[in-house]
Amino acid sequence: MADVALRNAHKTYAGNVEAIKGISLAVGDGQLCVLVGPSGCGKSTLLRMVAGLETVTSGEIEIGGRIVNEIEPADRDIAMVFQNYALYPHMSVYNNMAYGLRNRGVAKPEIDSRVREAAQILEIGSLLDRKPKQLSGGQRQRVAMGRAIVRQPKVFLFDEPLSNLDAKLRIAMRVEIRRLQRRLKTTSLYVTHDQLEAMTLADVLVVMNGGLVEQVGNPLEIYRKPATTFVASFIGAPPMNLIPLQGDDANLAGAGGQAGILGVRPEDLALSDQPAPAGGVALELTVEAIERVGAETYVYGIRSRPAGARTASSGPGEPPPGEILVRIPGQGGPSVGERVRAVAVQDKLHLFSACGRKRLDS
Amino acid sequence: MQKQSVFHSRLLPYLLVAPQLAVVLIFFYWPAVQAVIQSFLLQDAFGLSTAFVWLDNYRDVLNQPDYFDAVVRTFVFSFLIALSSLSLALLLAVMADKPLRGSAVYRTLLIWPYAISPPVVGVLWVFMLNPSLGIIAHGLRAIGVDWNPLLDGNQAAALIILAAAWKQISYNFLFFLAGLQAIPSSVIEAAAIDGARPARRFWTIIVPLLSPTIFFLVVVNIVYAFFDTFGIIDTMTRGGPANATETLVYKVYEDGLLGGNLGGSAAQSVILMGIVIVLTAIQFRFVERKVNY
Repeated sequence: MADVALRNAHKTYAGNVEAIKGISLAVGDGQLCVLVGPSGCGKSTLLRMVAGLETVTSGEIEIGGRIVNEIEPADRDIAMVFQNYALYPHMSVYNNMAYGLRNRGVAKPEIDSRVREAAQILEIGSLLDRKPKQLSGGQRQRVAMGRAIVRQPKVFLFDEPLSNLDAKLRIAMRVEIRRLQRRLKTTSLYVTHDQLEAMTLADVLVVMNGGLVEQVGNPLEIYRKPATTFVASFIGAPPMNLIPLQGDDANLAGAGGQAGILGVRPEDLALSDQPAPAGGVALELTVEAIERVGAETYVYGIRSRPAGARTASSGPGEPPPGEILVRIPGQGGPSVGERVRAVAVQDKLHLFSACGRKRLDS
Repeated sequence: MQKQSVFHSRLLPYLLVAPQLAVVLIFFYWPAVQAVIQSFLLQDAFGLSTAFVWLDNYRDVLNQPDYFDAVVRTFVFSFLIALSSLSLALLLAVMADKPLRGSAVYRTLLIWPYAISPPVVGVLWVFMLNPSLGIIAHGLRAIGVDWNPLLDGNQAAALIILAAAWKQISYNFLFFLAGLQAIPSSVIEAAAIDGARPARRFWTIIVPLLSPTIFFLVVVNIVYAFFDTFGIIDTMTRGGPANATETLVYKVYEDGLLGGNLGGSAAQSVILMGIVIVLTAIQFRFVERKVNY
């Protein structure tokens, strides 16, 4: 059991490529911390720095109160689950799990009992004599997890462990990883690019972009109060509508005409004939496309002006009004070409600075 | 996908493989058959009379104490050449596999020796180790070694093994490097996290995963040491001093071409052919079985 802390960690590769531009982070004992971000954001590099597979250019990494910058991966008391599982192809499932214990000189009966216990937890007891190539993807995934848990390490590191599985298995394993982590109460760092995986697994969610942390927090808190437009569009599916406030639009937010970016989630918009509620917004849309997926319907609209007003793209320097997505429950909704009004109430609105780096409302 | 080609003429497929078959038949099977026939014949020195002697040539060869010395010598040479060239090549490949600056240049340079023909290798080493001219011989004497491979059989043998192994390192290096690069880096990283130190990772992960390559190279190196060292031996020692570097292949040449005993030489060739067939058969069986894990 241990907590993990990063203090102003930097990683610069040869040729002055800065992968991690100074990250500080604290993960409490027993927590599951998910690092999420688009590919190339540095999340895997950060995980590998914690594992000791990448050196730390500057800053400190601490595991269980000990600074591990100069400590070999073997001595950090961590276990890692790789995206491609990285099972030892020439060893049986049993030996794959026992390898780490043998390297540490654990007594044979102890190894045997730990391997069998882990195999039982993961329901791979019948596969112990098989070689990795005789296993299915899901079974390999379980063996990789088994190899991590037999070691009883201080910290688990997961590097996109589910991305090689098919959709159905991915959901099942996601639930299982959560259950296992709760049961073992081992501090875990989990890297993924899948925001759904991030939302469902995390105690602490870290949204990364371009080698920096955009926001840290409880997943729902991040969903409710994204700190930047990047987080706003990355967390939540489909992504939040972002409307630059300029010219006439500045009055949209009811925020007193300040410049900035207005964000509103597709699920927070409703189709209505009523005028905008107090402090809220009303968007006049021309329906471009409709997607009906059964439980809900996605309405894609282009913003238009009420009849009689000047046309949308009139003002010089004014960006063409973007596409707005409205998510409504059920299978009804308008048809393509129809003009509709989408409204949202005030506390469902998000206001960001014009550069998108700062949230203006609280 | 259709794997079988369909030919409308029955003759065409035979015509298409005919050139390849002709090459194999004329340059491989015909000489082999000739050798087998020759091994049953006894010819006088001028080739004027020939007698069919059944297995007399084989009996003579196998009764020669010289022949058994050559067999033992050849196996010892092969073992030492294979061992030294394989282990050095593996060492170099492991080092070249690391992401170093200029590794492309380094790797290319390591492959060059393979492009040199065996007699040239022989001449190079002869010069460097020549007792009166050689730069290495000079150095050896400076540290107190009485270096004279022209008289000392063991030194001559060492010379042959050194030159032959050196030349084969490049070839082995190429295969080892390819083999190492085929091992996923995450497997090595997983082992590192699993607490295996570099030496232990090498013996418990890298070597087992390289074993198909290693096995293949052992067979190739033994075949090389058996047959392709002829050029090196011929330029460096001519089998001497006092037959100390006479391998089976060199003995075939000496007895047949220099000694004029064509029947005996042919019998030796047929025995060698048998050895190669056995080695190749072992390789095919094992490689096919072991590569699949």
